[in-house]
Amino acid sequence: MSIQLSIRQLKKRYKTGDGVSDISLDIRKGELITLLGPSGCGKTTVLRSIGGFLDPDAGDILIEGKSVLGSPPEKRPTSMVFQSYNLWPHMTVYDNLAFGLKIRKMSKPAIKQAISEVLELVRLPGMEKKYPGQLSGGQQQRVAVARSLLLKPAVLLLDEPFSALDAKLRHEMREELREIQADSGLTMVFVTHDQEEALSISDRIVVMNKGNIEQIASPQDIYDHPETLFVAQFIGKMNFVKGVADDRIRIGGLSFPNAQAHSGPVSIAIRPEDVILNDAEGQGIPGILKQIMVLGHYAEVSVELGDHGTIRGFQPREAVKSLQPGQKVTVHFAKVLTYSEG
Amino acid sequence: MRWYFRAVGAKRIIAFIVLALFVIFFLGPLLNLLILAFTGRWNYPDVLPHEWSLKWWTFVFQQEDIANSMGLSFLIAAIVTGLSIVLCIPAAYAFARIRFPLSRFFLFSFLLTHAFPKMGLYVSIAVLFYKLGLMNTLAGVVLIHMINVLMYMTWIPTASFRNIHAAQEESARDVGAGPFLVFRRITLPMAMPGILVASIFTFLNSLDEAQGTFLVGIPNYKTMPIVMYSIISDYPAYAGAVFSIILTAPTVILLLAAQRFVSADVMASGFQVK
Ligand SMILES: Nc1ncnc2c1ncn2[C@@H]1O[C@H](COP(=O)(O)OP(=O)(O)OP(=O)(O)O)[C@@H](O)[C@H]1O
Ligand SMILES: [Mg+2]
Repeated sequence: MSIQLSIRQLKKRYKTGDGVSDISLDIRKGELITLLGPSGCGKTTVLRSIGGFLDPDAGDILIEGKSVLGSPPEKRPTSMVFQSYNLWPHMTVYDNLAFGLKIRKMSKPAIKQAISEVLELVRLPGMEKKYPGQLSGGQQQRVAVARSLLLKPAVLLLDEPFSALDAKLRHEMREELREIQADSGLTMVFVTHDQEEALSISDRIVVMNKGNIEQIASPQDIYDHPETLFVAQFIGKMNFVKGVADDRIRIGGLSFPNAQAHSGPVSIAIRPEDVILNDAEGQGIPGILKQIMVLGHYAEVSVELGDHGTIRGFQPREAVKSLQPGQKVTVHFAKVLTYSEG
Repeated sequence: MRWYFRAVGAKRIIAFIVLALFVIFFLGPLLNLLILAFTGRWNYPDVLPHEWSLKWWTFVFQQEDIANSMGLSFLIAAIVTGLSIVLCIPAAYAFARIRFPLSRFFLFSFLLTHAFPKMGLYVSIAVLFYKLGLMNTLAGVVLIHMINVLMYMTWIPTASFRNIHAAQEESARDVGAGPFLVFRRITLPMAMPGILVASIFTFLNSLDEAQGTFLVGIPNYKTMPIVMYSIISDYPAYAGAVFSIILTAPTVILLLAAQRFVSADVMASGFQVK
């Protein structure tokens, strides 16, 4: 499919020295891309540069093949939903929604029609006459999303639009957004620091750290094959142990294929679901079972592995029935991820 | 009576008494003023006048300089308010949005006009005005009134502008409005309550200003408060009462009209230092 938004070697440094550098990213038409990373990693900086609210120091931003860097926000084919304070409290919902359409010289009946349709779409039918102050936080964000949808932007930008909402509502809103995106075929760039949110709605995730991109991949790939130690740490639950690489990767008595040709000391990451627990005579690293927590249909166990520290594993509930805290066990890994030290 | 106090509730009885005293303290003199203004004849020990009449009203309105002073006062108040808006609103926006060195110092410097005894300030200004030929001119009177209100006219709107979030202005840019349209349709209307409060304040302050006007405007620019002084000293208290009511009326009317805008927040947020 065609490239809708292209960011090339974007760089922005604030006076304080913070900022982003070397951001390159191609987003296909109709794709929902998430910028994910810890607070202060530069997600908002990238998004605001796309929207026209920040002037980058270097690089280029192209929308449908044309550079937009010279245009102010009101001339860009983008639309942005902010974390909060999107709406104008002195105007009704109708006037909030109509503001941009009136500037575009749309006829009054057409505006009315479009607004009533979009309010239907964001599940706020008939709310035209209300003032923002009379709406809940979630409803206000829906109106903000509706306002952006009305303008049919080439790219819709969302900067943590649901982060001020409670967990249940946030869940609902993201599902609705995904539906709207699927129906409308809009290209969206969604900023969040919530990995669960990113994993659940994105076509692709851009993981950022300290102003740089760490990895761009589908949610499944980000989870299964984190390319850097940072991504391994940031996404999902993970155990870390030290190992050594020669012809194979070695951890205690265990060894794994060294596919990436590492050498010397390495960091090894293991997902809890890849931890295999055997009895004391089994094959693996010997350890002592510290704790068993039954969490519904599975159990989380923690095992102390001497020099390797404590690791956590997920086990089926049946498998832990016969186990007692304090007993000796051995631990094996179904799959490991290896990262060079340093 | 008992049902009333029961409705007030035992816990709130003290608060109620305090409030009642407060009201008496405020409304008492006003009531007295009203009675005085409509008195025909009133001998001291009696609680109410013997005769009611409008004769002091006709008397006051027959004085030529009174009618003139009223017109002049409202003209000056209108000019002062208009000029302060033109001058202070852009300044307030700058204080709220643009970070420049010493901006807090500048904002605070307006407090200086209220930090010294007024008369001392006025005299030094008068010396300056004398050199500039501004004594006994309309411009001089307007200027001295503006010095008084600079602080309110800047601080209160600054707070209003600060309460508008960057995202609200940016959203407007985002949907297609240029900077000027954003200011006119979003920023200004949102700051309007604060601007309105400050303007009313300025208008009333100007109507009420006596000291500076006395120093700078005499003899040609006698505003209502100035004329008031001579009426109080030259005529019976009844005439003074009538005149006070005339002087108070605009205040009451404007405050009532603006009541929906005058929330305690708007005022209080003007006096936060950020
Ligand atoms: N206007 C500014 N002036 C100076 N530094 C800034 C400015 N805006 C952001 N920064 C800094 O730049 C870095 C990136 O900021 P940015 O807002 O893009 O992060 P973010 O990933 O959106 O974080 P969050 O999840 O907290 O919103 C941060 O260290 C921040 O402190
Ligand atoms: Mg941010």
